[in-house]
Amino acid sequence: MAYQLNGQTFEADEEGYIKDISQWSRELAELIAEDENIDMTDDHWEVVNFLREYYEEYQIAPAIRVLTKAVKKTMGPEKGNSKYLYELFPYGPAKQACKIAGLPKPTGCI
Amino acid sequence: MGDYKVPELTEFTEIPALQEGAMSHSHPYLAAPEHQEPLGFPGELVEDWHDRAIARFGELLDKSRALRVYLDSCVRCGACTDKCHYFLGTGDPKNMPVARQDLMRKVYRRHFTFAGKWLPWLVGAEDLTEEVLDDWYSYFHQCSQCRRCSVYCPYGIDTAELSMAARDIMDHIGKGQKYCNEIIGKVHTIGNNLGLPGPALADTLEGLEEDIEDETGVKVRLPLDEKGAEILLVTPSADFFAEPHVDGLMGYAKVFHQAGVSWTISSYASEAANFAMFIGSYEQMREIALRIRKAALDLGVKRLVFGECGHAWRVAYSFLNTLAGPWDFLDQKYPIPQHICEFTYDLIQKGALKFDKSANDDMTLTFHDSCNVARATRMGGVPGGQFEIPRAIARAVCNNFVDMAPDSIREGTYCCGGGGGLLTDDLMELRVKGAKPRMDALNQVVQTDGVTHMIAICAICKSQFSKVFPEYGMGMDRVVSLHQLVSNAIILDGQTTDEDDDETKAGAAPTETEE
Repeated sequence: MAYQLNGQTFEADEEGYIKDISQWSRELAELIAEDENIDMTDDHWEVVNFLREYYEEYQIAPAIRVLTKAVKKTMGPEKGNSKYLYELFPYGPAKQACKIAGLPKPTGCI
Repeated sequence: MGDYKVPELTEFTEIPALQEGAMSHSHPYLAAPEHQEPLGFPGELVEDWHDRAIARFGELLDKSRALRVYLDSCVRCGACTDKCHYFLGTGDPKNMPVARQDLMRKVYRRHFTFAGKWLPWLVGAEDLTEEVLDDWYSYFHQCSQCRRCSVYCPYGIDTAELSMAARDIMDHIGKGQKYCNEIIGKVHTIGNNLGLPGPALADTLEGLEEDIEDETGVKVRLPLDEKGAEILLVTPSADFFAEPHVDGLMGYAKVFHQAGVSWTISSYASEAANFAMFIGSYEQMREIALRIRKAALDLGVKRLVFGECGHAWRVAYSFLNTLAGPWDFLDQKYPIPQHICEFTYDLIQKGALKFDKSANDDMTLTFHDSCNVARATRMGGVPGGQFEIPRAIARAVCNNFVDMAPDSIREGTYCCGGGGGLLTDDLMELRVKGAKPRMDALNQVVQTDGVTHMIAICAICKSQFSKVFPEYGMGMDRVVSLHQLVSNAIILDGQTTDEDDDETKAGAAPTETEE
């Protein structure tokens, strides 16, 4: 599949993960989120931005514990748990949030 | 996700009315050239695919007497027909094990038996047409290789072996499955299924050490790449990444800590879950297993312990010596390899671990036997040890434990619905429907015994249930790791208790408790 934005085409795999992560932009993220029926709030952005920062350093999305801990630090203890993250990203913070953040899908027994 | 109806749970799993072709639309994403070629498979369907497929089929038959016996010996008795969870959940007759086998058997007869070569119409022999190949791709990816059918087959025909062979043949003509082959490629380049590089693993483990110290006041280590450690822990990479897996990993760490042994994880062999078994590739399975050997030698460990993972334990218990032995450099006084459940159970037997069982009193638990552990391995070196040891651990750390219906556990256990390389989002309908028999049995004990949580000792089972529980109206957190319960209940030396929690939380030094 592919995303169309401002007359430009962005190639993605069968599930909608963009193929060239350097093509990512906030606008494209909004478009992917729309496809996923997610309305991007500040909290969504907080998570997406953290994923991108972590990916830049480690070339992988953070483990769920790493993510909840980071969220706890920035958004407070009531939000620093996987339940809240699933409320933000119902199809899973790892997979759905990665898609919106333009990162490859984590694979394996997860 | 997708357009399908979640099955309604019933008191007993009933044999469904046949719905021909109900799942013929189900097939996983094809592997792209970049997933195929690094494994030595053609990037896409080759032009002469038919001849190459038959040639590969012949090679497999020459290598495996078992495969030939399984293809020759079915007598159509029907004992297997209602034993597959995918048949019970979908009603598609091609998900009856005998029908699945016949997809391969008819081609075998056509090309490899006298009668089939000359009188194909008389013996149900058929050519491998494009249509048959599509059926192979669809229905051999609707078998989780759980081997429940083979328990009930009077000849012991193992459908898993057939589905592995079929996937191997398809890989060799360029029709591989994306999920498995992409993952195997990541193990070769990065060391694990997730693609978790060493520095990320180190960061993750450090975080877990902090969490345990925050919670207990005790410095429990999760060492990485430590030369000279006694034990190498090989565990599925999901244990580093996902919930409830990671809670189990923290449990192993606490047990090692309390046992006073030195141990380490390896960033080079940071994966127990050998996906090459799912695609029936001996060569790939060996390459992955050899990473464990190299890590063990490089780190100079004396023992090998495997974490909670179903097919990892099958590969380890049944094949590790053939794949990557001899293990003569390890300490022969201990089982090679050893399961983390065996390790913990031994300590419990010796009275070396102290538990506060009430820590798990908010739950009533039952145990899901994982297919590969139940039907392809043992624990403790005794028949049935693989059933008894995990349950004994559960009973040692929990007050409330009940079993599900007898025909749904132990050697008759139902697959979670996501095993065998099918734990992928593109097969969600199959996974939800295939979970029905397990969900029926679980729902029974929820109703009658007030069960709140189900224990699993396999990374695939844990992820699969987290995903499908909500489809059946249960919380995703209702599946737990066995060592998560151990972690909740274990009392570490020097651990802060609830009473002195407040006064020591701020301080760095934990209080000593006297024996």
